[in-house]
Amino acid sequence: MVVDVAYISKERSDDLGHTPGSVTGILAVQGAFAEHAAMLDQLGAPWRLLRAAEDFDESIGRVILPGGESTTQGKLLRSTGLFEPIAAHIAAGKPVFGTCAGMILLARRLENDANVYFGVLDATVRRNAYGRQLGSFAAEETVRTFDAQGEPSGEIADFPLVFIRGPFVAKVGPNARVMASTRGNAVALQQGNIIATAFHPEITDDPRIHEYFLSL
Amino acid sequence: METTRNELNKNLAQMLKGGVIMDVTTPEQARIAEDAGACAVMALERIPADIRAAGGVSRMSDPAMIRGIQEAVSIPVMAKVRIGHIAEARILQAIEIDYIDESEVLSPADDVYHIDKTQFDVPFVCGAKNLGEALRRIQEGASMIRTKGEPGTGDVIQAVRHMRTMNRQIRELVSLRDDEVYEAAKQLAVPYELAKYVHDNGRLPVVNFAAGGVATPADAALMMELGAEGVFVGSGIFKSGDPAKRAAAIVQATANWQDADLLARLSADLGEAMVGINEEEIDIIMAQRGE
Repeated sequence: MVVDVAYISKERSDDLGHTPGSVTGILAVQGAFAEHAAMLDQLGAPWRLLRAAEDFDESIGRVILPGGESTTQGKLLRSTGLFEPIAAHIAAGKPVFGTCAGMILLARRLENDANVYFGVLDATVRRNAYGRQLGSFAAEETVRTFDAQGEPSGEIADFPLVFIRGPFVAKVGPNARVMASTRGNAVALQQGNIIATAFHPEITDDPRIHEYFLSL
Repeated sequence: METTRNELNKNLAQMLKGGVIMDVTTPEQARIAEDAGACAVMALERIPADIRAAGGVSRMSDPAMIRGIQEAVSIPVMAKVRIGHIAEARILQAIEIDYIDESEVLSPADDVYHIDKTQFDVPFVCGAKNLGEALRRIQEGASMIRTKGEPGTGDVIQAVRHMRTMNRQIRELVSLRDDEVYEAAKQLAVPYELAKYVHDNGRLPVVNFAAGGVATPADAALMMELGAEGVFVGSGIFKSGDPAKRAAAIVQATANWQDADLLARLSADLGEAMVGINEEEIDIIMAQRGE
């Protein structure tokens, strides 16, 4: 499902509101950021694309790190100056949601890559864990959610998981909780206000994980 | 939700959006491209400018050479097959290529039929210079489209012409009454269902990149301005004076194409651009291959 044509040129939601912290900033240096924007519009949540450091102002209360190529995004995070405000946002304990490349940007360690980006998610992640594009697949699993103490708080049943040259979690650290597993590997983690999925909720028509993220 | 292979393949193109796909001929060039921030590389033995200069028949690259590039980088690796060459495509599928480009840059193997891409599990990207070609390739199973432009020239005029043509034809189709779409499909020589999709959605049902003649950060920004969802750069990078710097500048220009101050900085001191050839100086118009 390709994203609606309006999102090729849309930079922010129609109504941004006036409350500081009410807007979700979507990292928009490369990848499927428009798909997240369309999902937030469907849920009526204000958003703006983060293309340059100046886009990160006091209106931003949540951040989404979309799918794409993590090496490309990692370079552009640095050259745009967006790395620092996003790192400060995460350090302040504010909500962040990474999908696929976003999970790689959040991980503390990568099994097959020397790079570390934000390095906040207590896990070791394997890039391209299912191989090349022929290994891309779809599945359906129950996704669990956790409260601030790391105790189970709910379930999202029968959620569609779409993996595109995706990673999986090779090792889960003590601070992270497994939200979902498939084929014997952890593929979604929560650590307080950090959510990371190896799959792409933004390219499905199921908004339930986005809805949960907005409730954090 | 039933997710088909074709859906997963369209999804990979979605992940490439906003990025730059670079032609590379060696593992070293592939690493330079990856380090510069390319979202994928196109592995080929000779870049289009050299294919043009060398003349003769141009074919799929040596699988050993493609494998060398697959091992050198972690980003997706694409490679080209000749238009209509089913066997070359099967070979690339066998080495698990991430995307096949059924490309007019190589000598066509078939002057009538394109590959039935629905018979493959790996994704295909195809060139198009207008809406009719784009939708015919999609009907044959392409999960990504790029403008043809004119490869190996360093001249952006044809990519501009193809992107403008495609998007103008899309706007025209959108403006029609529902009962006029049947005739429009006939005129475009495409299936009604695809014409109807474009009429209803105002876009192609797959991601659309620009390709063929992009040589500078400004060229990349121009193509994004005209509605491209990402950019292929062929000869423009490794035919220039400082490939690493130019590659990184084109990546940043594609990501932040509206920021003119940034474009001014990125365009400065890039060294020599590829010399290029003008449209009227070309002997072979590759874009005419495969309609």
